[in-house]
Amino acid sequence: MKNDQRPRATCGMMPAGAILLSLAFWTGIARSEDTASEGKLLFNRDIRPILSDNCFACHGPDKNNRQADLRLDTRDDAIAAGAIVPGDAQTSELVTRILTTDSSLRMPPAESGKELTQSQKELLTKWLGQGAEYQQHWAFVPLTPTAPPTVAQTDWPRNALDRFVLARLEHEGFSPSPEATRETLIRRLTLDLTGIPPTVQEVEAFVSDASPMALETVVDRLLASPLFGEQMAIPWLDAARYADSNGYQVDRDRELWAWRDWVINAFNRNLPFDQFTIEQIAGDLLPDASLEQRIASGFHRNHMLNEEGGIIPEEFLAEYTADRVETTAAVWLGQTFNCTRCHDHKFDPFTQRDFYSLKAFFHNVPERGVGSYGSPIRQNAPPFIKLPAPSIEHRIAELGARLKAASDQLTFLNQQASDELDAWAGRVANQTVIWNRTDPSAADGSDPAPLIDSATGAFDVSPNESGTLQLRVVAQLPAGRVTAIRLECSSTAAEQTIQWTELKVQHDQPLQLHAIVTEDSLPSAEAVKLLDGNEQTKVALAVKPDPPVHADFTLAPPLENEKTAQLQLQLGLEAVVAGSRWRLLITDADTTLMGPPAIIELVKKEAGQRTASERQQLLDFRLTQSQEYIRLKTEAEALKQQIANAELEIPTTLVMEELPEPRATFVLMRGAYDKPGEQVTANTPAALPPMDESLPRNRLGLAQWLVNPANPLTARVTVNRFWQQAFGNGLVMTSEDFGSQGGLPSHPELLDWLATEFIRTGWDVKRLMKLIVTSATYRQESKQTAQPNQPDPDNRLLARGPRFRLSAETIRDQALAVSRLLVTSLGGPSVRPYHPPGLYEQVTAGSGYNVYVAGTRDELFRRSLYTYWKRSVPHPAMLLFDAPFRETCTLRRSRSNTPLQALNLLNDPTYVEAAKFFALRMMSEAGESIVSRLSHGFRLLLAREPSPEELAILRTSLDRARADFRADPESATALLTIGSAPWDASHDPVELAAFATVAAILLNLDEAVTKE
Amino acid sequence: MSLEPFQQQIARRHFLKHSGSGIGAAALATLLDPSTLAAATGPHFAPQAKRVIWLTQAGAPSQLDLFDHKPGLVEQFDKDLPPSVRGDQRLTGMTSGQTRFPVAPSAFRFQQHGQSGMWLSELLPHTAKLADDICLIRSLHTEAINHDPAMTLLQTGHQIGGRPAFGAWASYGLGTENRDLPTFVALISRPSGPTNAQPLHERMWGAGFLPSRHQGVRLSSGPDPVLYLSNPEGITDRRRRAMLDDLSKLNQIRFAETQDPAITARIDQYEMAYRMQAAVPELADMSQEPAQVFENYGPESQKPGSYAANCILARRLAERGVRFIQLYHRGWDQHNHLPQGIRSQCYDIDQPTAALLTELKQRDMLKDTLVIWGGEFGRTVYSQGALTHDDYGRDHHPRCFSIWLAGAGIRGGYTHGETDDFSYNVVKDPVHIHDLNATALHLLGLDHTRLTYRFQGRDYRLTDVHGELIRSILS
Repeated sequence: MKNDQRPRATCGMMPAGAILLSLAFWTGIARSEDTASEGKLLFNRDIRPILSDNCFACHGPDKNNRQADLRLDTRDDAIAAGAIVPGDAQTSELVTRILTTDSSLRMPPAESGKELTQSQKELLTKWLGQGAEYQQHWAFVPLTPTAPPTVAQTDWPRNALDRFVLARLEHEGFSPSPEATRETLIRRLTLDLTGIPPTVQEVEAFVSDASPMALETVVDRLLASPLFGEQMAIPWLDAARYADSNGYQVDRDRELWAWRDWVINAFNRNLPFDQFTIEQIAGDLLPDASLEQRIASGFHRNHMLNEEGGIIPEEFLAEYTADRVETTAAVWLGQTFNCTRCHDHKFDPFTQRDFYSLKAFFHNVPERGVGSYGSPIRQNAPPFIKLPAPSIEHRIAELGARLKAASDQLTFLNQQASDELDAWAGRVANQTVIWNRTDPSAADGSDPAPLIDSATGAFDVSPNESGTLQLRVVAQLPAGRVTAIRLECSSTAAEQTIQWTELKVQHDQPLQLHAIVTEDSLPSAEAVKLLDGNEQTKVALAVKPDPPVHADFTLAPPLENEKTAQLQLQLGLEAVVAGSRWRLLITDADTTLMGPPAIIELVKKEAGQRTASERQQLLDFRLTQSQEYIRLKTEAEALKQQIANAELEIPTTLVMEELPEPRATFVLMRGAYDKPGEQVTANTPAALPPMDESLPRNRLGLAQWLVNPANPLTARVTVNRFWQQAFGNGLVMTSEDFGSQGGLPSHPELLDWLATEFIRTGWDVKRLMKLIVTSATYRQESKQTAQPNQPDPDNRLLARGPRFRLSAETIRDQALAVSRLLVTSLGGPSVRPYHPPGLYEQVTAGSGYNVYVAGTRDELFRRSLYTYWKRSVPHPAMLLFDAPFRETCTLRRSRSNTPLQALNLLNDPTYVEAAKFFALRMMSEAGESIVSRLSHGFRLLLAREPSPEELAILRTSLDRARADFRADPESATALLTIGSAPWDASHDPVELAAFATVAAILLNLDEAVTKE
Repeated sequence: MSLEPFQQQIARRHFLKHSGSGIGAAALATLLDPSTLAAATGPHFAPQAKRVIWLTQAGAPSQLDLFDHKPGLVEQFDKDLPPSVRGDQRLTGMTSGQTRFPVAPSAFRFQQHGQSGMWLSELLPHTAKLADDICLIRSLHTEAINHDPAMTLLQTGHQIGGRPAFGAWASYGLGTENRDLPTFVALISRPSGPTNAQPLHERMWGAGFLPSRHQGVRLSSGPDPVLYLSNPEGITDRRRRAMLDDLSKLNQIRFAETQDPAITARIDQYEMAYRMQAAVPELADMSQEPAQVFENYGPESQKPGSYAANCILARRLAERGVRFIQLYHRGWDQHNHLPQGIRSQCYDIDQPTAALLTELKQRDMLKDTLVIWGGEFGRTVYSQGALTHDDYGRDHHPRCFSIWLAGAGIRGGYTHGETDDFSYNVVKDPVHIHDLNATALHLLGLDHTRLTYRFQGRDYRLTDVHGELIRSILS
């Protein structure tokens, strides 16, 4: 990412006859300070970088900040302004102004901090003298089929790609490096295409395969592996800013893993890149969009979502749509549209209007600018769809069937009661309920014991000091039927409020009481508290001397006493402060004909006189008399709740949807959401080939425009990124910027050839990857020894194979793979592997959802791309190895080298445990000899045999570790305790710990964390 | 690219000197010498500040109750804020539904302090004793009105994440002075009171698009002050050293084979990791600090992870040459019951902050240490929720807020900028966050317009395309 990506090669070594070729290679790679002495200058190679860097900010495409009304990015304008006079440098104002010694006139002005070098001034002067020809910016030049160049060393190229590379090498006086060893090659290929190292068997098979197509066989196998899709998905997840949380301050969970799985599957089934594009930009708008296509449209819901209290929805809606514009422009067009959000681009021919015209495509989603903080965690912000979840759906179907049965039965009971309602009402109207007294035969529980009044059948209760009483009374029942009982109470002294806690009634036969309401009785909602067995729920009984209050209960079943019988009552009372008088009354009346006064009043009306609501009131009451109805009703409510809960368990995924009427879109002045300017409609950037008239002006049309072969950018940008995956750097190093401030392609014709091939073969990603990794270019060894006098640190000439540090994901996955801990199941919700304790608590608000709970078993050992990604605190080990925060689109990760990485690989329990299991494999799979065990470790991790020198170091290391642990066996045990996967404890702890430290050394080798 | 520019540079130099041979001890020493870890840009002119301690008050402390004395508000109690003052200022979703905007005068008394007569609230008695050392800016303003964008703007010069934090820029611009510790360190403290701690975000001390080695390293109060610092159980220091020696030997063999300078850089990083394992615990171990120190920093200073303890840690980091120390204290977001909440917060910060300044002075370090105290925005003059004379809340307010600076190159005892009678709008000498950052960079010897990094075709700066030096606050 540094400013000048171009290493300097000496041009004096150009072989005879290569002059013509060098004209074709107008790239900056060969540019040196003395280029000016060569032949004709080329605008894109020699001039545009100077003008772009030094002049365009004030004299370029941005009309609002243009100085002196002069633009130098278009030839006609520059001529009209007199700045350039083609063929006559001396009269060109541009030359005058860059050469003048008058600092008040000199360009660029001193306050800009920019200054032209002598050689840049000479280049500009010479170019003007040569006629000041402009060229369209290279990335916007239409793609045309390019024939591979001819080369001298005809036996080196393996495919057309190599001829471009070799021609360049020959031109520069370099020669390609020898082919890497089979061991190096298969490790390189397997890491590149699957993200884990090859097995020992795979290495052996390849090394011993004498077929000329041996490497192709390996590549085909790797391309067919499901691991391929996972590996290819990782850079795409960076590009799409995929994460498992919403970001910003609150940063709660979201669900979008189904989209991530869609990406993996798309690579695995080799979905052509044009279709891959269309489904992700506009899968929801495809005719008869399938579930999968709708899931794919989640690409543009990956942006962050603010749930912070108090935000202004419009402000953040503007952020989300801007993010979609910027991401689309970066991923498919390689253009930095973020600049044009506030003003016209300073370097590239894009305007602020272009930005908002693109935004109009993405502004029609039925979404809110603010997340719903009140909603349950993980509940996605609309729009989202439910994913198939067979077991949950099955459960819901079962619950639904039971709900239906209950509802049907309820309907039946309702109908039945309705049909019989008038007849019932008539009977209630005619019934007179007679309550008969009973006679208590014994009573205790107060001091003195309750006093029985045989005249009335009442018993008088005296208060005690605590006011709490447990009364037990035995009442005599006459022979006959009892359908309901009534307990009556009055105060014998002052008014008081007794807290009645419980009532228990016992008879020879089991019976159940139900509270009912009749005239003046306690409301049933109160009376039920007496029956619930809970002394904490009480009825406040306000009693006066007269009239008494009463509570009524039906008996189920009714009592049928053939002769006199007894009923035992138990009453719990609190707050008794004065005497009270109690009486038990019974009735044999039909309890279905009893009711509260309001009902009794209604039944007395003529059926025809009742209003609909009165009738409904009667019916509702009638139904409460049915225990069956009540039971079913309760059951139905419970089922509904269970179904609702199960529905919440169904995973969902964020998708795009389109409003029926597009929202109005305006240019936002200075990018401010509350400063709308002119209205715009959906359109593609004016500087690029226009959208075909036949295309719909929506996201679907936009997607089709992106992958139209006439679009000069999409294929170039895309093949460059795939190249970057294999070689570490793109042919254009600035893979995120194909604008005039970006790098120039090292091999422009190769880039164009790959792009045309990619389109010609139907955007076939696997075919492209195969083309790249089977090339002679890719197969070269990566040692930097081949051209010792011509260092090319960034390997821009491709005179050697790629050698660079592995990604954060691959480093961990490799350690898990060689220790055989890796669980390779594909897809599903993200998982939580080991994590430093207390990290969330320290950085986040540290409550509720902000606590990291590591998973168990398999969840600890899944591939790293499934690690739960919280934007405010991504997994620290991922960040240490340069994974981005995933807040915005990232198309190229940096590759840093820090001491914190060393600490991670040495001390993270992930690697300590992996080293133990790696050691177990060395000890159990390679016989008894130390040499074969150590060599096995080398083979598992590095796919090669150790040299005698390396082996000697490892042996010494092992011996010393063994001696150390033998002297302190407890430390061996302590080391082996780290981790959670069960292991074969029959090994000698000292020996295993010693091997584990050697395994740890291996896992920390530069070679281990590097693709060679 | 395969390596960062600076490593490439030294590695390449190394490559030229030693190609074809194993890496010798002398070469290793060269690689590890901090003077060779030349910064990417270096100071542009002689710096006044060697280091920065940024006492970040997350959640936004109320300027009205601490720094911006408005005696006239007493008479405005519970009167509506005049619409002419409010103007077109947007409101957060939390108060936009309020029907009234009743003025809430501060419940706290203000007094003048020091020779300079600086007005400060009674909540800051210890800080007030140092009034002549600090420079109070009452006219800071920002665009952001919610915590996350505002804090991100304060730290990175941009509301949306993805740009480097100030500390990362400082590391990039000036390199390190300590080969055993990170250049940029973040410390997070917890408030002692029952307040909501603002969630932070790892990106706030991130390197953005700068090479990751410039990212801030968070020191925590747990057993591992730096993530993954401690050897696993069963691995003694002696064992670790032996492993690293063997590792180094094997890596050197590979370097001889491949001549890839990335390998020598990795050897260097493992050595630095090893040194950090000794240096960081030594740094974090405060047991040797005299009892007087803890007395100076107050009752919370013995509690690990408190603001007071982190202030001591900040001084220890400064003593060890750490370039940029970002200390966060959370819990200032007092939408309601502000008087109660702010009392508790000031209890946490006042005495320790003053103790830190005092100690820096005593050790003659304040002259080359820039200390900044402040939050991400201010708070409204009108009350959020119920208003009484001694209870009220205040919503977010981006139009004006107060921060103070002290130390290297700063004009002590000076109060800069003014707000209107309601502390609602800046009426004199407005200071944007970009201006503050430009000035802080200036004190570090860096021209904010020249400290650039090219990313996506553009030369980015901490101050974006803004920022004016605030000359009058410089001594």
